[in-house]
Amino acid sequence: MTNCLIAGVGGQGTVLASRLISSTALECGLNVRGAETIGMAQRGGSVLSHVRMGKSIASPLISPGQADIVLAFELCEAARTLRYLKADGLMIACDRVIQPASGYDPAAMLDILRSSAGRLMVLQSEAIAETCGLRALNVALIGAACACGAFPFSVGDMERVIDTRFDAERSKMNKSALRFGETLASAGRNRRGNGERHGDD
Amino acid sequence: MNRKVLMGNEAIALGAIRAGVGVALGYPGTPSSEVLETIARENKPGIYAEWSVNEKSALEIGAGAAMAGERALVTMKQVGLNVASDPLMSLNYLGVKGGMVVMVADDPGPISSQTEQDTRCFGQYAKLAVFDPSSPEEAYTMIADAFECSEETGRPVLFRPTTRVCHSYASVELLDATDSSKTCGFERDSGRWVIFPRLTYANHIEIERGLRGLADKFSDYRGNEMRGSGRRGIASGGVSWLYVLEAYGEIGVECKLLKVSTVPFPARMGAEFLQGLDEVLVAEELDPVIERELIMLCGKLGIQTRIMGKLSGHMPCAGENTPDGVRQAMENFLGTGENCPPDGKSHAAAAPPAIPLRPPVLCAGCPHRGSFFAVKEATRGRKAVFSGDIGCYTLGNALPLDMLDTCLCMGAGITMAQGLHRVEPDALDFAFIGDSTFFHTGIPGVINAVYNGHEIIIAVLDNSTTAMTGGQPHPGTGKTLMGRDAPRMSIYDILKSIGVDDLQRVNAFDLAASKAAVTRAMEARGVRAIIFEGECITLSKKNRGNACMVDEHLCSGCSLCVRKLGCPALSLRGKSARIDADSCTGCGLCKPLCATRAIIGGDDR
Repeated sequence: MTNCLIAGVGGQGTVLASRLISSTALECGLNVRGAETIGMAQRGGSVLSHVRMGKSIASPLISPGQADIVLAFELCEAARTLRYLKADGLMIACDRVIQPASGYDPAAMLDILRSSAGRLMVLQSEAIAETCGLRALNVALIGAACACGAFPFSVGDMERVIDTRFDAERSKMNKSALRFGETLASAGRNRRGNGERHGDD
Repeated sequence: MNRKVLMGNEAIALGAIRAGVGVALGYPGTPSSEVLETIARENKPGIYAEWSVNEKSALEIGAGAAMAGERALVTMKQVGLNVASDPLMSLNYLGVKGGMVVMVADDPGPISSQTEQDTRCFGQYAKLAVFDPSSPEEAYTMIADAFECSEETGRPVLFRPTTRVCHSYASVELLDATDSSKTCGFERDSGRWVIFPRLTYANHIEIERGLRGLADKFSDYRGNEMRGSGRRGIASGGVSWLYVLEAYGEIGVECKLLKVSTVPFPARMGAEFLQGLDEVLVAEELDPVIERELIMLCGKLGIQTRIMGKLSGHMPCAGENTPDGVRQAMENFLGTGENCPPDGKSHAAAAPPAIPLRPPVLCAGCPHRGSFFAVKEATRGRKAVFSGDIGCYTLGNALPLDMLDTCLCMGAGITMAQGLHRVEPDALDFAFIGDSTFFHTGIPGVINAVYNGHEIIIAVLDNSTTAMTGGQPHPGTGKTLMGRDAPRMSIYDILKSIGVDDLQRVNAFDLAASKAAVTRAMEARGVRAIIFEGECITLSKKNRGNACMVDEHLCSGCSLCVRKLGCPALSLRGKSARIDADSCTGCGLCKPLCATRAIIGGDDR
């Protein structure tokens, strides 16, 4: 069983991300179950998608401390979702900052992540924005997760699903974002200390 | 095998299509809206779908279709059922010919609703059968059972998923269509279809007999089940049943399990479940429906089994259940709490850091921000009360706009403003209402105000869509759910024809013009209306212009723009305001606020 949470701010594409992941898992012969935040929170509030992949799954919701992987599209949302992460779980966060009304200090938030997350990878949103555009940030993070072996499927499996879901232009855009995320993650893993960090490093 | 990942609402829609639904109607409301949208998107020959103007209309159209022998589906959220309750209560006494399923989505939490009402209780009150699915795949087949039940009993049936069924998803195996009888058309029979006290009395007896029959029949229904053994039992229903199953597998202590997914309660199965049990824990959301039934059954059977749930304080009386909450309750109940701690504890669990809240906000580029701000500026220093309504613009209550003093239910803003003004005639009473809400239940309130001479200012926030629920069309948009062109009804003309003579329309993004319009209305008397026009920013990309920017050399750092508008694209970075280029749509609303003219760019509208 793989438990994946996707955290973000309403409008960042968490629903699409969870649909892509769950469809790919289904294509690979797994059962999937999950839940979305749909409704008022989509207007710029905190949103959380639950994705569970495996043979036999009962609950659509993941309990705190049970997520194998968290994909966070925003820094503060990454910190908010920490409590869901397993002790040895992987947090792939993006350093994009969308300030809520009360505001926060991005550096302090990054410190919380660094001191709390078991395995942490922080991707630079500016690099993603320049190469793929911020709209494709969700798919880029999925690519990074694939590169870390976090999902029960490969980047190639997901590319096939993307081909069936989008027209040629959007399919090309999403696939290049997927590959870019994969490259970012691989580069991060090679540069020790800069990319994925272990809590006990 | 044809498996697909489906959201619960998609599964319900495809299940209804599979069951031969002919007419599908509803009014948007989270978490129910995607059912009709899916039926429309599938666009199968012979299936008609529409967004009706409100839930009452939808239910009555469904009733007509079902009287003519068609299978009808009516969808709404739980508070929509309150609007539709008048026809539904009476329709049960008349009955239907074609199967009629009223899908009412409940919202434990609540996540996007005004109430935590339980439609299972409404079913008991209205003497209707209720089907309560626990998952998307169960909902997919159960909706066909609901249609069959409706045709067998000749009465409408309620189908009650909750948010975590509607908006969860699962791999669902798609099945072949069921056999459904074909429409026979309406047969005149005034003794059957015209409600009179005598008929009501006779049919009341039939209804009660039918419910007794169902209570027995549902003990054999596949949606209700019993398993396990022991002297302790856990009863559940809805999505909580899945939480129970998950924890049951992990805790590994044998006990009896009962799943109930119907009203009326499957009494025979319930009695069998209670046999030999000392204690029962009930895990359900909203009202203690299963709990009460079990307590009653104990009394009826004269047994001493202790029933623990919401009534006994063992389960929370409000809010939604969670898998870990149900697991904790089960561990306490089974006495495994200390021996079996939840595995995989989070690192952060020990001392969770304080994370700032992120409540929903009006989008960057939302026309409502302009409308609220104009009214706020124009009424500064005056005694004024702002009545709101249901929609995105309810978010206008948040700081810094702080422009909503009341919000009750669909259409209530216009009428509550009349009551408020009656008591405090020296106040200015504004009523904010969205375009879709105006058509839903706003119009009668305007008629009342004109007829009875109330002094209110109606602010129609016309963004050309039903925004909060995902952008559904309505009578003012010139489009239907099926994508056909329709006559575009003008809110201006409607207000005019009602007799609202003091009527203005204004561009919501034009702050100066908007303020002037409000000031003018404040000086007039009677029923006045201002229609603030501005398309919803989520409707299309064409609404997005070039982003505004802050010239940091000119910005004085006064933060007025940030503090006054509450636009999510605006924030303060160091000593300068900052505009997030990805969020900003270039509406330019912030530009006139800046004394040093530091905000540049954007598109002029």
